Amino acid sequence: MTYQLALSLISGIFIAGSAAYLGTLMLSRKMAVIAGPLGHLALPGAALAIVYGFSISLGAFPFVVLGIIVIWLLEIRTKLAMEALTAIVFATGVAIAFLFLPIDKAEAALVGDISKVGIYDTLASMVLGTLVVVIINRSYSKILLINIHEDVAKTEGIDVKLYNLIYLSSIAIIVALGVDLVGGLMTAALVAIPAAAARNVSRTLGQFGATAGLFGIASAALGIVLSTITALPAGPLVILASGIIFLATVPVSRAW
Amino acid sequence: MNDILLEVKDFGVTLDNTPVLSGLNFTVTEGEFLTVLGPNGSGKTVLLRSLLGLIPHTGEMNWHKKPRIGYLPQGLNQVSVRDMPLTVKDIFGLKELKPAEGVTFLELVGLEGDIINKRAGHLSGGEFQRMLVAWVLASHPNILFLDEPTTAIDVAGGETVYSLIKEIWQRKGLTIFNVTHDLNIVYAHSTHVLCLSRFGHRCYGIPKEILTPDVLRDIYGAEVKLYTH
Repeated sequence: MTYQLALSLISGIFIAGSAAYLGTLMLSRKMAVIAGPLGHLALPGAALAIVYGFSISLGAFPFVVLGIIVIWLLEIRTKLAMEALTAIVFATGVAIAFLFLPIDKAEAALVGDISKVGIYDTLASMVLGTLVVVIINRSYSKILLINIHEDVAKTEGIDVKLYNLIYLSSIAIIVALGVDLVGGLMTAALVAIPAAAARNVSRTLGQFGATAGLFGIASAALGIVLSTITALPAGPLVILASGIIFLATVPVSRAW
Repeated sequence: MNDILLEVKDFGVTLDNTPVLSGLNFTVTEGEFLTVLGPNGSGKTVLLRSLLGLIPHTGEMNWHKKPRIGYLPQGLNQVSVRDMPLTVKDIFGLKELKPAEGVTFLELVGLEGDIINKRAGHLSGGEFQRMLVAWVLASHPNILFLDEPTTAIDVAGGETVYSLIKEIWQRKGLTIFNVTHDLNIVYAHSTHVLCLSRFGHRCYGIPKEILTPDVLRDIYGAEVKLYTH
């Protein structure tokens, strides 16, 4: 195994594993779709990073945070359906990205470029991915109770604003990291597909989180290894691998 | 004579610049089974949610003793948990309760202890509602807020849940603040009733003393007949 492949695998595994674990919570709130527009909003940041030669995740992060604030404010102010906001945010993000992004360099922003990840980005993926898993794990029952019934959570003394902030910050970190792995177009899949596959085969909450993480890790490893063999981009192969895992779980679905 | 637990004076709630409740006065004494009765849109749930601190209000709300609140809201049903692979044990875990504690409360509401390992989405409607009652009681409340707790189940199941709540209320000396539009519940289970209407008519007292046909007509805006069996 080459040094570069090792870095790519380590980054991919940490990003995809933590994204999938977070995805189990996003599925409960039907929020997996939000990762889509956030990924798209990350595109201008990714474009700037490519043009000025710094980390794509670092460029994406402030734009994702901005995206979360924009979606949150738009929802409060306009009461528009999330689907409408998704369309607005998606189009705006992509339009801004293509104003800055040289078209010959677009691929990395659109479908990710984990095959060229450096040591510092790998370390950042390890630290931030682990941080998100630890924080979400400690807050899981409270965030899930908020997702199931916010009023009950409040009467149980849960600080809903604090946990929503923790939840949204975790989403921002994961989307920014995800842009590096699978690009701005497919971050929602990184969050949603392994979680959906895990739901098909899990009977308990514990199994759900662990299986989602494993499916995320397996998708990343499979996609990155296939990419080195076929010389095709890793991002789409990672998503394709998770799609195949999802399809494999459908016949044994325990949902109903 | 029991002590006053909650005193409400000149209480009002305004939502989107529209007054929903105003000038409301009542007290809740310890051990009381108070039912808030009224037609849809009379502000019953608004009152309950504002007493829980979930909606801002005007006027005074004084707890004479520190409440330990248990809340069973409207709309918390199997659909709410169907998206997730949640066992009954997981649902008790949301309140960081140990499985053994969960089993104790499940048995208290007449369910088998081993139901704790079942998927919540696989329980019958009646079992799920009983499980929710156990889940609420597991927080060791001294006052239960119930908002139409039987809307998701059939009439027989609903009556069973109310009989269960009444039995636990008597056994544990709880105070109950119950919201319903069902007049039969008031007569069968409540010690006190607070009536709200869309037309500003109110009443408060012991059901058999104050719920006269004239009062019910004022509250519901039409003739109301009660069928007793």
